[in-house]
Amino acid sequence: MIDTTPWLDALHQAARVRSDAAGLPTRRDEAWKYTDIGALGVASFPLAGRPQGSLPTVAPLTTDALQLLLVNGSLQVLPGAELPAGVVIGRLDGKASAELVEAHLGKVIPAEAKSLAALNSGLFDDGVLVRVGAGVTLERPIEIVSVGQAGGDPLAFHPRCLLVIEDGGAATLVERHQGSGRYFSNSVLEIALGAGASLRHYTLQDESPEAVHVATTGIELAAGSRYAGMLVQTGSRLSRHETHAALAGDGASFELDGAYVGAGKQHLDNTTFVTHTAPGGKSRQLFKGVLDDQSHGVFQGTVRVERAAQKTDAHQLSKTLLLSEQAEMDGKPELEIYADDVKCGHGCTVGDIDETALFYLRARGIDAETARQLLIEAFLGDVLEKIAAEPVRTAFAAVVGECLKGAHATRRTNDHHQG
Amino acid sequence: MDGIEQVRSLTDQKYKYGFVTDIEADVAPKGLNEDIIRLISAKKGEPEWLLEWRLRAYKVWLEQTEPNWGKLHYPPIDYQDAYYYSAPKRKDGPKSLADIDPKLLETYEKLGVPLHERAALAGVAVDAVFDSVSVATTYKGKLEELGIIFTSFSEAVKTHPELIRKYLGSVVPYSDNYFATLNSAVFTDGSFVYVPPGVRCPMELSTYFRMNAEKTGQFERTLIVADKGAYVSYLEGCTAPMRDENQLHAAVVELVALDEAEIKYSTVQNWYPGDEQGRGGIYNFVTKRGACRGRASRISWTQVETGSAITWKYPSCILQGDDSVGEFYSVAITNNFQQADTGTKMIHIGRNTRSNIISKGVSAGHADNTYRGLVKVLPKAQGARNRTQCDSLLIGNTCGAHTVPYIESRNSSARIEHEATTSKISEEQLFYARQRGLSEEEAVTLIVNGFCRDVLQHLPMEFAVEAQKLVALSLEGSVG
Amino acid sequence: MLEIRNLHACVDGREILKGIDLTIPAGEVHAVMGPNGSGKSTLSYVLAGRDGYKVTEGSVLYRGQDLLAMKTEERACLGLFLAFQNPVEIPGVTGVNFLKTAVNAVRRSRGQSELDAMQFLKLARRKAKELGVGEEMLRRAVNTGFSGGEKKRYEALQMALLEPKFMILDETDSGLDIDALRVVAEAVDSFRSPERAMLVITHYQRILDYIVPDKVHVLAGGRIVQTGGKELAVELESTGYAQFTEQAA
Repeated sequence: MIDTTPWLDALHQAARVRSDAAGLPTRRDEAWKYTDIGALGVASFPLAGRPQGSLPTVAPLTTDALQLLLVNGSLQVLPGAELPAGVVIGRLDGKASAELVEAHLGKVIPAEAKSLAALNSGLFDDGVLVRVGAGVTLERPIEIVSVGQAGGDPLAFHPRCLLVIEDGGAATLVERHQGSGRYFSNSVLEIALGAGASLRHYTLQDESPEAVHVATTGIELAAGSRYAGMLVQTGSRLSRHETHAALAGDGASFELDGAYVGAGKQHLDNTTFVTHTAPGGKSRQLFKGVLDDQSHGVFQGTVRVERAAQKTDAHQLSKTLLLSEQAEMDGKPELEIYADDVKCGHGCTVGDIDETALFYLRARGIDAETARQLLIEAFLGDVLEKIAAEPVRTAFAAVVGECLKGAHATRRTNDHHQG
Repeated sequence: MDGIEQVRSLTDQKYKYGFVTDIEADVAPKGLNEDIIRLISAKKGEPEWLLEWRLRAYKVWLEQTEPNWGKLHYPPIDYQDAYYYSAPKRKDGPKSLADIDPKLLETYEKLGVPLHERAALAGVAVDAVFDSVSVATTYKGKLEELGIIFTSFSEAVKTHPELIRKYLGSVVPYSDNYFATLNSAVFTDGSFVYVPPGVRCPMELSTYFRMNAEKTGQFERTLIVADKGAYVSYLEGCTAPMRDENQLHAAVVELVALDEAEIKYSTVQNWYPGDEQGRGGIYNFVTKRGACRGRASRISWTQVETGSAITWKYPSCILQGDDSVGEFYSVAITNNFQQADTGTKMIHIGRNTRSNIISKGVSAGHADNTYRGLVKVLPKAQGARNRTQCDSLLIGNTCGAHTVPYIESRNSSARIEHEATTSKISEEQLFYARQRGLSEEEAVTLIVNGFCRDVLQHLPMEFAVEAQKLVALSLEGSVG
Repeated sequence: MLEIRNLHACVDGREILKGIDLTIPAGEVHAVMGPNGSGKSTLSYVLAGRDGYKVTEGSVLYRGQDLLAMKTEERACLGLFLAFQNPVEIPGVTGVNFLKTAVNAVRRSRGQSELDAMQFLKLARRKAKELGVGEEMLRRAVNTGFSGGEKKRYEALQMALLEPKFMILDETDSGLDIDALRVVAEAVDSFRSPERAMLVITHYQRILDYIVPDKVHVLAGGRIVQTGGKELAVELESTGYAQFTEQAA
């Protein structure tokens, strides 16, 4: 449990009042039109206490990773290695680096009413603070692993992270969500990038099949800073991953790609809000999803270009393959443009596998199932290959591959039953 | 269009339809209540079932709330501070064109819509609606020979009650939405078209709407039914006088296409947009929906929206019949303080249904222009296809252009493709055109017309010319 | 025809032209050659009146009038024609519509009657045929999807239709193979007449084999550093521009 400070108490208190009064969002709220967050009863899940018993061990994705382990939202393991000068990795308690924390915590993502981020702000009781000082390049990747451990009863937890990279600094962050049992994980990650700072950020959501996963990531980009993110969602029963990026400094660059695989009754939601407030910013988004069985995919992406953000170059593309009769996809890409000298666009496609390509492969002697599999893998591989760090790419691709195989197997069984 | 000269002559004038016709009117008392609805119904000599229908709508409306999801800002509308019925006075209904008040004929001449059949635009039959009532329908006889019914709504209620009863509210139910429900309660007139099986309507049918009286809402209702294998192309135009206050226009259009029928519905909406300061102008809240009920039927909406202070309008297609096709081609131009929130809904229900959407939004001055569209594919719509292209053009740095598509697919064999872009007229293009001798305004008009070409080419010839002129007119003062 | 005196011009606050003096009488063809970045394209844009090219000093008299006081389109209507190095694509605007609008603008300014659609088409078809431009190019959107050669031929067609008095060819040879260059250059050369003048801006000498200049000027560092006859162009081809860039620096 963290020792709090008066201002942190105040933040908690204010957020609690807002989220208590407003309650959870419902499908009547435009931003939650396609995702019913209350459907699985998360509102009544009790808060998780301190984890009991032995700690899980999670092999890091890369051997040189600086790993942090959170169990049910509480920070259990910090990296033991000595850190380069200017780098802080520690507990978010309002005391260490107090000024830095006060300057950014709850600021990157404002606690709006009826947001899950506000609920987190009101309830988080532990978290992670990472600071990379000005001009420092942290070579070793930071890996934050959040593990949910629920026994017989469901539980809820609200992990919180703050990552500040000061002017000219650079780092790589790997974020993983996994666990077992029935739980509600509602995490918030705030990222502040100083002028010219850069971050590579790889996220793997591979939660327990019974979990409800909500994550809100806020990224604030100062002049000339660069963010390159990859978001892979394969796990959970119901997930909503929200990304809020504010390109607040001249010439900032934001790139976010996503890949997701849904099967069974999974509901996977990717929602992004990219706001250009300063001139010369560039944003790119590419999301690709494969939905099988009765799974339901959602992509909502808003790109807002404010009056001052001239010469903005923003593009967004969402592509989805529906593999089964019962799978569903809802898309809502949105452009909100107030500056005239901009280049903005978005695209959204939903469909099944290209019949011509399928035919071509089969004409070369490949059986239909293998050909389909090849084409689906190629469809997602196109996104995954953008992961620059090779071990991360391999690990992410392996998880996605397993999921596709699983989906494949179910379909084959179904086909068999129907036949 | 005959070159620059024509554009130039047009750009020199302001809203040229802003005059008022001084004509004696039969006006119902101000405000809205059951008595007014009974009065409207009585004035029209309606049957009891229609009055009941209106009153049911009114009761629902009292419980409904005004929609607020559009990207539109306007002060609350006082529905009691308006007149719901105004008609030019006359002794009996006009037996022929000779009986129509000459002042009205003159009005339509000024609007470029001559009602004399002799002088009429070649091949266009016109139904003219002045404030609340239809004043003249041309070419009636010729159409009757083919079995085509083209008449005012009020008359159709008397002459073809079985058709009205069968189709009225069958596409847009009386409780559909706030503005459609209001229309259902108080609609005064409109046009009715029925094209019998296998008949291709040989001429464009056209309605011209004109708001004249002060503080009067216009609530017309159009119903078009194309029976099996029939074809009809319908044009709608609208104007209103320039006034400082805002006037409400809440129309409903219902289209029904049976097996292999085709309806082309084109609109050039040029209601008074308000002045450069954003004073006055029409509030245009319109519900337009077509049902492709039959197999291989086709409904095509083409709209050029340049007028109105507020536009709230989503001409839609319900693609029920297998192999049916829905199309939506739209140009929306907003200047000064105009706000437009417009788009379409394509609901794919039948197998192999196809829809195509092209939307071109141009925003200038302090205007806001939003495309809002829904493409929904239901589970049984095997092989459904949708293609959407939305392009926005901004002129100047004080306006906004927004794209809000909703894409919902429940069928794996469906293919939906949506693409949107936002850009401005490049300095390079402008310079190139000016280097060849065009003024900046001419160059902008030329380039904007080029930008809108994919849509304008879907308009019937008579309208295409008018639409290109309108592009020039509505962008006046947006440059330099 | 054209008299440039001490012309200074800035782009984005940086001085590119640093005092150009150049006189081109009617009936003559002058070539301006120079290394990359010497200000060649700036000179053509300043003469045509492109926004963002600011004249800070000097004057330009064109057919006895103050050229710099005129708007871009006024200059065009007075017969000044710039053949662009990279003609821009204008999607959706058909060639017929664009060219007819331009031709009538110019005709109007000359006090000539405007052409109606039929008259214009007849004229355009004739000129297109003379230049070996396919008729389908008239129906396509302006420059959209055109190859480099097509774009340049399209520029020549516009020249033929607008009948300018003074033509500026901005690197017309760039992006053209030798056959395409010959076609375009011969077409342009055929416009030579005692009432017309031409300014050929080029990096390479080869276009001057087809459009033989009366005078050749070398532009370097924003100034004309040498003037000579057509033999100067051939000389430059072998010696290069190095001597001038050093001189200018």
